[in-house]
Amino acid sequence: MSEYIEFDPKEDHGHHHKETFITKYIFSQDHKMIAKQYLITGVLFMGVIGILMSLLMRLQIAWPEEPNIIFEFLLGKWAPEGVMDADIYLALVTMHGTIMVFFVLTAGLSGTFSNLLIPLQIGARDMASGFLNMVSFWLFFVSTVIMVISIFVEAGPAAAGWTIYPPLSALEFAQGGSGLGMTLWLVSMAIFIASSLLGSLNYIVTVINLRTKGMTLMRMPLTIWAFFVTAIIGVISFPVLLSAALLLIMDRSFGTSFFLSDIFIQGEVLHYQGGSPVLFEHLFWFLGHPEVYIVLLPALGIASEVISTNSRKPIFGYKAMVLSILAIAFLSTIVWGHHMFISGMNPFLGSVFTFTTLLIAIPSAVKAFNYITTLWKGNIQFNPAMLFSIGFVSTFITGGLTGIILGDSALDINLHDTYFVVAHFHLVMGISALYGLFAGVYHWFPRLFNRMLNKNLGYIHFWVTAICAYGVFFPMHFIGMAGLPRRYYTNSNFPLFDDLADTNQIITVFAIIGGLIQIVFLYNFIHSMFYGKKSEQNPWKSNTLEWTASMEHIHGNWQGKIPEVHRWPYDYSKPGYDEDFVPQHKPLKKGETEY
Amino acid sequence: MSTFFTVLILLFIVVAIWQIVKIYDLTQVNTSTDNSQIANDKDNKINGNLMLGFLIFIYAITIICFIRYGDFPLMSNSASAHGPKIDNLMVVSMALIFFVQTITQFFLYYFAYKYKGQKGNKAFFYSDNHKLEFIWTIIPAITLTCLITYGLVTWSDIMNLDQDEDPMVIELYAQQFNWKARYSGNDNALGKSNVRLIDIDRANILGVDEFDPNAQDDIITTELHLPVGRPILFKMRSQDVLHSAYMPHFRAQMNCVPGMITQFSFTPTVTTDEMRKTPEIIEKVININNIRAEKSKDLIAKGEEGLDPYEFDYLLLCNKICGKSHYNMQMKIIVETQEEFDNWIEQQTKFKNSLIAKN
Repeated sequence: MSEYIEFDPKEDHGHHHKETFITKYIFSQDHKMIAKQYLITGVLFMGVIGILMSLLMRLQIAWPEEPNIIFEFLLGKWAPEGVMDADIYLALVTMHGTIMVFFVLTAGLSGTFSNLLIPLQIGARDMASGFLNMVSFWLFFVSTVIMVISIFVEAGPAAAGWTIYPPLSALEFAQGGSGLGMTLWLVSMAIFIASSLLGSLNYIVTVINLRTKGMTLMRMPLTIWAFFVTAIIGVISFPVLLSAALLLIMDRSFGTSFFLSDIFIQGEVLHYQGGSPVLFEHLFWFLGHPEVYIVLLPALGIASEVISTNSRKPIFGYKAMVLSILAIAFLSTIVWGHHMFISGMNPFLGSVFTFTTLLIAIPSAVKAFNYITTLWKGNIQFNPAMLFSIGFVSTFITGGLTGIILGDSALDINLHDTYFVVAHFHLVMGISALYGLFAGVYHWFPRLFNRMLNKNLGYIHFWVTAICAYGVFFPMHFIGMAGLPRRYYTNSNFPLFDDLADTNQIITVFAIIGGLIQIVFLYNFIHSMFYGKKSEQNPWKSNTLEWTASMEHIHGNWQGKIPEVHRWPYDYSKPGYDEDFVPQHKPLKKGETEY
Repeated sequence: MSTFFTVLILLFIVVAIWQIVKIYDLTQVNTSTDNSQIANDKDNKINGNLMLGFLIFIYAITIICFIRYGDFPLMSNSASAHGPKIDNLMVVSMALIFFVQTITQFFLYYFAYKYKGQKGNKAFFYSDNHKLEFIWTIIPAITLTCLITYGLVTWSDIMNLDQDEDPMVIELYAQQFNWKARYSGNDNALGKSNVRLIDIDRANILGVDEFDPNAQDDIITTELHLPVGRPILFKMRSQDVLHSAYMPHFRAQMNCVPGMITQFSFTPTVTTDEMRKTPEIIEKVININNIRAEKSKDLIAKGEEGLDPYEFDYLLLCNKICGKSHYNMQMKIIVETQEEFDNWIEQQTKFKNSLIAKN
């Protein structure tokens, strides 16, 4: 490893090939450029589409009968006279879920920050394989293009929900979206999984092999721990979804019966025999639940780093934080059945899954308490990233707590697939992960573009978003407890739910404000990218290695030697030092103890 | 044309927000001397205070929600024997998470407010305390153990069927997009069935085996009538895609899966008539009818038909996405006395008599 440190980019790397526009900006193998590519494709582009779709859904739910000119314009033939088609509502539900979960919060979040931070924070010149990293991004790009194309096919995009349970997703006659739209969905996801696996393997190998001298595992920043463990869960669980997708493609196109049996539809009996949709549910949720943590863990890592830096205090209980990440990761792979309590599986199995599910509350509680203790007696600097991190802890607690209710199989009987579930997972994985994402963007924008984001716009962005997030999802729990099922195109066929209509309108108003305020962020992002104030080398006075790297974006990260690491990354306000931070590459003083 | 203008207006709104932000952004540059874009004492103070404000906002929205929505009739009066058990568990769990939520959010936002940064201050270097961490691992662990035990006892109570109770067997049959019920008749045994036996021409719509002796007295209906106080064992089937039989008033739900038979059992305890007379339901119905009357006025003004007034009924809803008309897949449930039930079932056609003879 020491040889690697001697490696000098000036002699070896910087000049040996001339970078053209194409190798620098398009087929780049530099992890920093790939991070930017993920950020722009995954987060900005797909994020805008995903949020727009949710606003259309909210408009439909709040004012279902009234013709809406926005629908007529945006949905064209799918909203004749401005009245949304019921199939298209389900398509919006499906595509919003797919885009937000996979494209924005998996690829966007992990792709951006794992790529940017893993080499920079562990002291490596690049990922273990720059080429694979590039391939990973371009596979992701192809899957994005296919997914976006699928929105425009004749019969509409996939509309079976983001969980695409067969037989609905398998039978072309079952639903408009189950034709070409679903085929494209499956193809896009298969490519997406390939991309995700290449990325994850690269992250794992890089973290294991390329740490700089002195960067022991227990000196790694919590961001790296989170990205590392996320990649491991991804490698364990994504292949199972791929197998499910492939088997579903077989059922759809080649007449096999993995998930289908005894079906009578459109006046005829189909030949399928002996398969089971429950098998698909098992395979899907074997990925689907770890997926929640693939989305959440990077956000937890980012929040840990940002909270510690901005509190000017070490993260409380570093070892407990690492252990709880590992515990959450382990438990996340054995709880998938809590999505299936009432799927018809054996009730005893339900008991086992209730048990493992509620166990996750323990490491999660430890994390929440540790964050709060980190704030205690701090010297908190309210940079926008810090606001989003505190917001993250808040929604993580609120959303996590309702998980205790949904994870309890007996309570799930009555709440399953109601708006209570929608409120729960949007708070705990949607909003929380988005907050983590925003915190990351605000915190590492200087590292990405060498410029600062405008802080006042950041404050406006945070406070309006925070109020709207609670305004949307808090009342939603209650309409769920009133028994309102999710994925209903309109509730007007159920007079029973008429008294919930005004609540739905309030929620929609909050959603629209919350959606529009993201324009402030977009403006801030695009404007600051070109005209923002030039950043200093280490604007947040942070300890981690990425702030020692060359300001100029060179392929190799450090001019000269890679710094050696002598301490953990959280020596903030350590007694015996004048400054309130001690970067990781500063040697320990004589007699100084670590931690 | 109006579409065009609306879109233009929307576009203008977006551009306007963008421009306002830009103007705001530009004014900032000239006025503030500190342009580092890093939080200073003033920012810390403002945002620290806002943190406290936000805590109050969270508490306020919680209280408003509980006052306004906390007593949905659906939450307080279940109509099945096991319903109160689920409701109790719900109340206990809600109380617990409400308590934890209130405390943790308080500390989070209060600390953020109290320890807002100031130049010259130094944070307290405090990286570890095993005792503290042990405490907040063990307390959630103990609490959750109790909750898990309570939950699992309730769950197995509900799901484990006691055959000694002699439940009445009813099949719930789902298809895009309606429900059917099949009563097992006097023998209390359902005839064999398979979708391959469906013969629309002969009106054998559920694919019941017409040669099975058990099938002869089966009765197929489009309304679900249940005798009060009698345990019912539902056998669920679906002919096409996944559906979910959701009966919120009875705290009951089970998926209907093509190719397999799923089951759920409960005992209805309150008849439809009794439920309609409970004060909560009376209040809810009045409230809903006011809303509907209001809507009808608008509709009639537009020259359309008004809405019918609402009368309370138990419902079976589809709660698993199943296609285009998923939002309207429902069946009325009527709980009545044994006597009323017997009269009703007497009038229904038996399966063997419902088949149309082959030409």
